[in-house]
Amino acid sequence: MHPIRRQRLQWVALIVVAASIAAALMAYMLGQNASYFYAPSQIVAGEAPIGVNIRAGGMVVEGSVDRSMDSLEVSFIVTDGLENLQVTYSGILPDLFAEGEAAIAAGKLDSKQILQATQVLAKHDENYMPPEVADTISEAYQRKQQHQPEPQEALQ
Amino acid sequence: MKLNRQWTWFHRLGSPRWFYQKTQCWLPWLGAIAAILLVTGLVWGLAFAPPDARQGNSFRIIYLHVPASFLALAGYYLMAIAGAVGLIWRIKLSFMLMKSAATIGAALTFIALFTGAVWGKPTWGAYWVWDARITSMLILLFLYLGMLVLRHAFTNHESANKASAILGLVGTVNVPIIYKSVDWWQTLHQPATIKLTSAPSMHPDMFAPLLVMILGFYCFYALALILFTRAEILERERRASWVRELVAEKQGGL
Repeated sequence: MHPIRRQRLQWVALIVVAASIAAALMAYMLGQNASYFYAPSQIVAGEAPIGVNIRAGGMVVEGSVDRSMDSLEVSFIVTDGLENLQVTYSGILPDLFAEGEAAIAAGKLDSKQILQATQVLAKHDENYMPPEVADTISEAYQRKQQHQPEPQEALQ
Repeated sequence: MKLNRQWTWFHRLGSPRWFYQKTQCWLPWLGAIAAILLVTGLVWGLAFAPPDARQGNSFRIIYLHVPASFLALAGYYLMAIAGAVGLIWRIKLSFMLMKSAATIGAALTFIALFTGAVWGKPTWGAYWVWDARITSMLILLFLYLGMLVLRHAFTNHESANKASAILGLVGTVNVPIIYKSVDWWQTLHQPATIKLTSAPSMHPDMFAPLLVMILGFYCFYALALILFTRAEILERERRASWVRELVAEKQGGL
């Protein structure tokens, strides 16, 4: 390669490397701050500030959704498998909001570590399947659950 | 000089006239393949693929959203590499490809963001959120648009080419960030369904038309890139004798 072109190639490489280092440093600095929401275990550990707007996300615990009879008030628990977080919300939930599915709530934490949400978003996962397949899977799951008693029951 | 002779083919490859003449016969083939793949994929995906268990029919926007996003990212690398080749070897054609790729890339990124917003409303409950994936994708749109706008800040073509090539190279860092954003940070956007390392987390009946659409978008991208570059060649080489002859020929035929 011609020496001038080799020099230009080195410049091009330098630009890309320098930009990559700058971006890597920025990403490192942002760290978890660039995350869209806190996990319940982060909130329980006291990582999330109280009284300011934050978002919390996790799986809605089965059977935890409690709707008020005479208003749009709803409360539910989200979990990341480690810790639980109570969320209260007044408004219409998105169509895909369901127990056992992921959701993200935005609002303020009160002193009792309950999230007073002003917005609830449903989070979709990366799995796509036809309804018949989903039914077969959930049936198989239920059958398995029936055959295997809970560990506590087995002890008794 | 043996070394120099090895590189002459490379420079011949970079001749706008050679490119214009060579691509002439590819166009109908590429157009036909792209049309067949896109029509097959769209009809298959929109009418015959089964609906999603949770999202119902709204998931079908994936057949536009994912291929457009794929090409928006892959096209950025193509644009940046074309810019780098142009900077190093001072090949005119390379800069023309770069500008064409920027125009198409901006359009594809816009399609990805727009279809995402349309899907986000019924699925998430919001058209737009500022999570890492969506924000980095918006930055990609601004990089593409910046490539096009920056050109106008220069009166001479050469400086415009160099400046936008450098912007393109700096922007390459954003592509892996977009790709990995869903893994590095907690985002509302779901992680990738199609991965190189494992089987897609999508039912084969739904995945097959998506694959056809992705292939179709690649062909369409190639076609669009060639057409835009040909137009760019005629524009920038309008004073060259072969372009004048071509124009005279066309006018004589009318």
